[in-house]
Amino acid sequence: MFFSPSDMAAIGLTLRLACTVTVILLAVATPLAWWLARTTSWWKGPVAALVALPLILPPTVLGFYLLLVMGPNGFVGELTQAAGLGLLPFTFWGLVVASVLYSLPFVVQPIHNAIEAVGARPLEVAATLGAGPWDRFFSVVLPLAKPGFITAAVLGFTHTVGEFGVVLMIGGNIPEETRVVSVQMYDHVEALQYGQAHALALGLVVFSFVALLALYSYQRRQRVLLSSSLGGF
Amino acid sequence: MVFSLSLLPQSSIHARFKHCPQQAHAGAAFCLDVDITLPSAGVTAIFGPSGSGKTTLLRCIAGLEVVSQGECTVNGESWQSQANRMPVHRRAIGFVFQEASLFAHLTAQANLQYAIKRAANKTRAVDYEQVVDVMGLSPLLARYPHELSGGERQRVAIARALLAQPRLLLMDEPLASLDRARKQEILPYLEHLRAVFNVPIIYVTHSLEEVARLADQVVLMEQGRVVSQGDVADVFSRLDVALWLNDDMAVVLKGVVVERDVQWHLMRVQYSGGHLWLRDSGAALSQTVRIRIHAKDVSLTLAEHQDTSIANRLNTQVVDIVGDQDEAMSLIRLASGSDYLMARVTKRSVEQLGLKVGMSVWAQVKSAAMVG
Repeated sequence: MFFSPSDMAAIGLTLRLACTVTVILLAVATPLAWWLARTTSWWKGPVAALVALPLILPPTVLGFYLLLVMGPNGFVGELTQAAGLGLLPFTFWGLVVASVLYSLPFVVQPIHNAIEAVGARPLEVAATLGAGPWDRFFSVVLPLAKPGFITAAVLGFTHTVGEFGVVLMIGGNIPEETRVVSVQMYDHVEALQYGQAHALALGLVVFSFVALLALYSYQRRQRVLLSSSLGGF
Repeated sequence: MVFSLSLLPQSSIHARFKHCPQQAHAGAAFCLDVDITLPSAGVTAIFGPSGSGKTTLLRCIAGLEVVSQGECTVNGESWQSQANRMPVHRRAIGFVFQEASLFAHLTAQANLQYAIKRAANKTRAVDYEQVVDVMGLSPLLARYPHELSGGERQRVAIARALLAQPRLLLMDEPLASLDRARKQEILPYLEHLRAVFNVPIIYVTHSLEEVARLADQVVLMEQGRVVSQGDVADVFSRLDVALWLNDDMAVVLKGVVVERDVQWHLMRVQYSGGHLWLRDSGAALSQTVRIRIHAKDVSLTLAEHQDTSIANRLNTQVVDIVGDQDEAMSLIRLASGSDYLMARVTKRSVEQLGLKVGMSVWAQVKSAAMVG
C-alpha cells in the first residue's frame, strides 16, 4: 500500500470536501449564472467581475480576508457565534465556505455560457406550450445546457481538490478536519518524506489528468452532435 | 376613456397596445400603436412590410413582449388589462415561430408530447392522431430535429402548437425562413389545417401570395399602425390599398369550379360577376377556389372584342378612377357582380376611351391564377 493511514484520512477528507463544495456550488452558481445570462441590469458588470476575482487573486488574499470576516470580531464570525455555530475558521465548514468562494468562477462561467447559448427562444416556446418558470428550467434549460453543467461540476470538483493557499489560511492543518491532500503532501515534503509526497503528488496528477481527459472527450462528443444538427439546415 | 369590454361579442379578439421596443433593431425604429378588434374565427392575416410591427403585435398578443400600456381580451377572457397581465404559460395559445424552434433534445414525437402534457385546455378539441395525419408526420415521429428538413421541422412545430389545444393560434411568418420549394410543400398543409381544425388563426406575413391563399380577414400594417382592416376581397379591391401595394396590386375573388375542358387543360370558374377560364389546377368540380388578378393584367375595351387571344372578357362598370403613383398610369376600379376588379392603364387610354365613372366597359383579363 502506497498510502499511510494519515494519507488515507487526508484523501477521504479531500473527497468529502470536494463533494460537499461541488453540490453547494451547483446550487449557488446556477441561479447566479441564470441571472448573469438574463439580466440587463447595471449590476451585471460589477457582479460578474466580483465572481471572477478568485481567478486572478492570490488564494492567500482571499483566505486572509475570509479569516478576518469569519473571525471572532468579523461580521460573519459574530453572526455564526450568535447563531450558536461557533467560529468557522479552522473547521471543515469554514473550509467549505472558503472553497465555495474560491471555486465559484469555475462553476459560474460554464453554466453562464451554456445558458446564454441556449438563448431565449426555447424558453419562449416552452412558455407558449404552457410550461411555467420551474417547468421551463427543468424541462428545457437543464437538458439543453447539460454539457455546461457537467463541465462546471468537473471543474468545481477538481479545482477544490487542488487548492492549497486558501486551505492553509482558513483551515490550517488539523487531521480529519482540515488536513486535505495538498496540505498533507506539504507536510511530507517539510519532513523530507519524499516517497510519500511522491505517492500523493502522482495520485493528484493522475486524478486531474483523467478527469480533464474525460471532460474533453465528453465535450468533443457534444460538439460532434451539435455540428451534425447544424448540418440539417 | 372608459370602454366596457363586456360590450364586445364573446367570440372576438380585442387588442390595444402602445409600445416602443427598447432595443431598436436596425430599421425597426417605430412605436407600435394599435387598437383592433378581430373576429375569433377563420384566418386573419397581419400583412405589411418588414419593420412594420406585425411580429411585435403578435408577440404582444401572446404576452411574449412585456408592454406596460396594453389591453388584450380574447373571447371574453382578459389576457392583459391595466391591472393584470396573464403570464404567457397560462394563455391558451399556440405559437408558431419563424424558425421551427423544436426542442433539440427531444424527438419529434416527444416535442408533440411536451405540448399535450401541458395543454391548458383539457377538452381535447384537437386529436393527436388527426394532427399527425393532417400534417403528414407519421414517418417523422422517431426522428430528432437535426434529422428533419426545414419544412418537416416546421410541420412538427405547427402540429405541436395545435396540440397545445389553443383557443387562438398565432403564426409568425411560418414560411419566411423556407425556400420557395419548401413553401409550396407546406402551404397545402396550412390550407388543410384551416379547413379541418376550428381554431382561429392570426397569421403574420409579408407575402401577398400567402394572404391570398389562406386569409379570410386581413389587417394591413405600416410603421407600427393599422392602415386598413377587413375582409380580404374588400381590402384588396380598395384603391387606396392598391396604391399602397403599388406593383403588387391585385384583387382576390372567390369562385366555384363549374366546368372542365380536358382537351385544353382549362377549367371554368363561376364568380358573382361572370366566369373565368383558368388553367386546370386539378381542383374538383363545385369546389370553391380563390383567384388572384393583378391590376396590370387587366386591359379595357369599350366593345367586346372577339378577335383577341384573351379568353376572359368580362362586362364591368367603372366605379372609380384615380391617379397612380406612376404619373403615366391610372388605376380603375370596376364592379363585376358583387365583386370588384382593378385595372391599371395609361392616362392616355383613359382620355382616348373617354372613361367615366358609371360607364360600362369590357375588361380583358390577360392572366388570372388560382391561388387556393
